[in-house]
Amino acid sequence: MQYLMSVLHDSTALATDDEMTAIDEFNDRLVADGHWVFAGGLGGPATATVIDNREGRSIITDGPYIESKEYMIGFWIVTAPDLDVALELARAGSKACNRRVEVRPFLGG
Amino acid sequence: MAEFEFGVDVEIAAAISEVHRHEWARLVASLTRRFGDLDVAEDATAEAFVRAVERWPATGVPPNPGAWLTTTANNAAIDRIRREAKRDAKQQGSLVLSDDAPRPTGPVDDDRLRLLFTCCHTALAMEARVALTLRMVGGLTVPEIARAFLVQEPTMGQRISRAKAKIAATRIPYRVPAAADLPERVDGVLAVLFLVFNEGYLSTGAATDPIRSDLTAEAIRLTRLVQELLPDDGEVAGLLALMLLTDARRGARISATGELVGIDEQDRDAWDSALVAEGHQLVRDRLQSGVPPGRYQILAAISAVHTSAPTVSDTDWSQIVALYDQLVRIDPSPVAALNRAIAIGELDGPDVALAAVDRLADVLDSYHAFHATRADMLRRLGRTAEAAAAYDRAISLSHNPAVAAALTRRRDGRRATGRNAD
Repeated sequence: MQYLMSVLHDSTALATDDEMTAIDEFNDRLVADGHWVFAGGLGGPATATVIDNREGRSIITDGPYIESKEYMIGFWIVTAPDLDVALELARAGSKACNRRVEVRPFLGG
Repeated sequence: MAEFEFGVDVEIAAAISEVHRHEWARLVASLTRRFGDLDVAEDATAEAFVRAVERWPATGVPPNPGAWLTTTANNAAIDRIRREAKRDAKQQGSLVLSDDAPRPTGPVDDDRLRLLFTCCHTALAMEARVALTLRMVGGLTVPEIARAFLVQEPTMGQRISRAKAKIAATRIPYRVPAAADLPERVDGVLAVLFLVFNEGYLSTGAATDPIRSDLTAEAIRLTRLVQELLPDDGEVAGLLALMLLTDARRGARISATGELVGIDEQDRDAWDSALVAEGHQLVRDRLQSGVPPGRYQILAAISAVHTSAPTVSDTDWSQIVALYDQLVRIDPSPVAALNRAIAIGELDGPDVALAAVDRLADVLDSYHAFHATRADMLRRLGRTAEAAAAYDRAISLSHNPAVAAALTRRRDGRRATGRNAD
């Protein structure tokens, strides 16, 4: 089963060097323990562009689809046998990146 | 159980509710293990009991009702799975709960315990855990649970469905946690049971009875079950003792006029001596174990000291203060500190207690018991006007009519008008 672990963030500050080191160590552990699928950091909401082509008119809007204080700054996709294992990984991930982490399952995983 | 009471003769109905009490959780738990799906297990179990209500009046209660129900429920589950497999073969796979059969199981191997840990999983909201536990483990119907928590039936039904869907979609495991995680997870289960008990013991609903014995009885029954499954866990025994010693005082707790009667004014002859004895025995057993007690064991010990005193003036307040000292070390919550201050008031006088109470003003300003305690201390110090204002504040913050009535009486300087009135 795969889970998305979203990293929640509420400022424009980037990760500190200490946080980056901890994230790298956590990533290495994910790989070593066979949980790693994918991970990445994202640009902030100011870099977002929304496209609506539902009616073929390809309307382009600058900015995020929803204005909120918190937004997703990065994520991991991990594989885990059940939610208890995924929550354990999220606990360690939250500690490493020093931010809140939301865990959601992929459908049909 | 209300759903099984239609037109069945009294003896059969009694036999069915007896079997329901003993077999419901076992059936749901074993079916969940077999079929990997809470929803299937719940439906099939409910259907087996409906069949029993239909058949048993004609055939009589079978010699082994549990086995009869297991077979009937298993068949019902298989029927449903076949029906659904025909309807949508692909969707079926996504409904299946993870089965951890090849992994080592936890320290106790009982399906009911698996069920309980799944229903009380920390990834579920507290209200969902409570509802799911009462339905799956307690066997209460959705309308019964809805009534107990004063919400509409569809709302409660949805709450339970959502919780089941989250368990399936996120793959919350069906297993007893590993020994290392057990204390924390047991604590989560006990928190659910304690909440059910407290809701029954001091209902928040304005339109309900102040004491809901259906909820307190169910909480005690489930805690007994957990104790049977985890006999060596001190906190489980502690919570059971606390519930028993609290419930023992039920008969003396509400006056003839519907006011809450404090322990200092209760008619101690109206206490249930069998429950008191059982609670005391549990506390003694824990003391003899020599293991440092947790929060529930300390609260039970405090309750045991109260219930050991033949009259309120015999209460061993120094022992109670010592127990509260122990409690605030492991439970630094302001409510624990408030209760400690009340005990200090009995030992060292209201002036010392008031100082301790006032230190909690910032955090407890919206809690009725904080203002009620302050008011009591002020009254004892002769500061009448301040006391009346504090009582008024406490009354406006209380959500239980019996509490409000008792506070009004204390504000007006009257004694309880129950069977113990003098």
